[in-house]
Amino acid sequence: MSRFLLNRLLGMVVVLFLVCLFTFVVFFVLSPDPAVQICGKNCTPEAIDQIRENLGLDQPFLTQFWTFISGLFVGRTYGTGPNAIDCAAPCLGYSFQTSQPVADMIMQRLPVSATIAIGAAVLWLLAGIAGGLISAVREGRFADRFITGLTLTGMSIPNYVLALALQFLLVVTLGWLPFPQAVPFGDDPVQWFMNFLMPWIVLAIGAAAVYTRLTRANVIESLQENYVRTARAKGLSPGLVWRRHALRPALTPIVTIFGMDFANLLGGALITETVFGLNGIGKLAADSITKNDQPVIMGVTLLAAFLVVVGAMVVDLLYTAIDPRVRVGSAK
Amino acid sequence: MTFTPTDLEVEGAAGGGTGGDPSPAPPPAQRRRLVRAFLRDRVAVACGVYILLVIVMALAAPLLVKLSGYGPLEFDQSAVDPNLGGLPIGWGGGIGAEHWFGVEPGNGRDIFARIVYGARVSMTIALSATVLTSVLGVVFGLVAGYFGGRVDMLISRVMEFLMAFPALIFMIAVLSALPAENRQLLLVVVISFFGWPYLARIVRGQTMSLKEREFVESARASGASSAQIIFKEILPNLASTIIVMTTLAVPGYVGTEAGLSFLGVGVVPPTPSWGQMIASSVPWYAVDPAYFLIPGSFLFLLVLSFTVLGDRVKKIAESGEGRA
Repeated sequence: MSRFLLNRLLGMVVVLFLVCLFTFVVFFVLSPDPAVQICGKNCTPEAIDQIRENLGLDQPFLTQFWTFISGLFVGRTYGTGPNAIDCAAPCLGYSFQTSQPVADMIMQRLPVSATIAIGAAVLWLLAGIAGGLISAVREGRFADRFITGLTLTGMSIPNYVLALALQFLLVVTLGWLPFPQAVPFGDDPVQWFMNFLMPWIVLAIGAAAVYTRLTRANVIESLQENYVRTARAKGLSPGLVWRRHALRPALTPIVTIFGMDFANLLGGALITETVFGLNGIGKLAADSITKNDQPVIMGVTLLAAFLVVVGAMVVDLLYTAIDPRVRVGSAK
Repeated sequence: MTFTPTDLEVEGAAGGGTGGDPSPAPPPAQRRRLVRAFLRDRVAVACGVYILLVIVMALAAPLLVKLSGYGPLEFDQSAVDPNLGGLPIGWGGGIGAEHWFGVEPGNGRDIFARIVYGARVSMTIALSATVLTSVLGVVFGLVAGYFGGRVDMLISRVMEFLMAFPALIFMIAVLSALPAENRQLLLVVVISFFGWPYLARIVRGQTMSLKEREFVESARASGASSAQIIFKEILPNLASTIIVMTTLAVPGYVGTEAGLSFLGVGVVPPTPSWGQMIASSVPWYAVDPAYFLIPGSFLFLLVLSFTVLGDRVKKIAESGEGRA
């Protein structure tokens, strides 16, 4: 078990390092000179040189990369002498646009993204597992075909189209929901809930469709197993058989993709956050991309990769807990 | 969610080998049966017809635009009401004999013409990306699976890395940093770059089991080279898997192109693309719903058609109707 863990951790570090390197190279090669950007209009060559020196942009590529990586762990110092600015670990640098520390910007936005991700995840897990179970036990009948049709539709509708259609239908035409408007939970919980309801639904529909199909396929498969027949023969009620014997093994693959999907969402639902104007990490990424704010893009990309990699690892660990057939230590 | 290239594929991968066990390519008579099984399915036929319609629309775009009378870049100020902030005159965003699908608010460009030309962009990008990912996925999958050892190690690590990468954010970042010319080509390259591991992984697995089979061994014994074995013996047996996987991948690419254009890093204006049309309709959604509903429906139906079609092809391939 500990060897397995160690291997996974090592793999994780390698992937993250490569993500860093890859992103860094791309921005180093591709993006226009940030010093010119920061300097603005009335700029002298001396001022540009000064900025370059302060940001360490005059250094060769490897030195810059090394400073960035070490900054993540031990922090770094910008500039020299009296103008020096300390950036504590984990230092992701400062935004070229607002001069705020990137780590702070991300931390400020994280609660919004977390709220969106958790709400949507609850919705899609409930809908997906329930839908898949119903579909599986009614295989081939009307309910199954109806749900299957719905899932294909749900998978196909682009989320920004769905977002606009929902807003038009629920807010403009029917007036069931107020115009989205960000309020803190403490001020007005009802308004807060209403505000997040549409993003939750929009994000949940596509995922719920995938989870429904996955649950259905797996439950149908496990219903063929001998232990299900045994359970039935013992005289267990159908409901209990479905829940305890058919659904449980079907959950393993669901946990796999859930870990990835949830981590992905936590790292920013770019489109949904942009459409609904929610100030989460996705919106931060979208905004900084249009402004070519390199350090912020780097920070968000790294965070997203980190979350995905950690998600994958947590999933592997959860396997052992959920599926008694998998015992990592003894199997390998 | 739209951005995982193969939402459906995950079932096969996680469900344990539903990706289709290696089956020999069907001989002509069975292929006909496969086609017949397909034609009996009315929903699948409807989807196929819609896809064909979009392709024809894309190919005949200049002709259709001549028929309707307005080009995709032509402004028609007489169709919008300057007193209402440029809202189209008439019902449904100005739908009528003059403008079949109405006009854009503000500048009065003909939506029909933009839909027709947008179909070109969507189809070109999605289909080229599909071809490129398939080639990459098949070649790398075959090589990794057949040669094993170090080559396999290397390719597998690269695949793992690409699949763990936050592809969407990265695609956007790269595209926004790159110059705007040749955007369509760039889109294809970027989408394919992150897309091929999903196919390669499955091709690799099947190649690994196929290369142990007797017919490969006898080919090797009779002196066939590695290239001959890979392309003449193994590749034909992967045909059904590749067809299923690629059909399932197309809707993802259609959605990705539209999504990237929606976010403003895809096709550069004034070239029309469906995703970009929907993006520009966001400020108008409350007063001119037709402006997002029309491109939105076209896009949704296209993705749906490809998804349903992929689903049916997969079912037919799995149930073995073509094999029996």
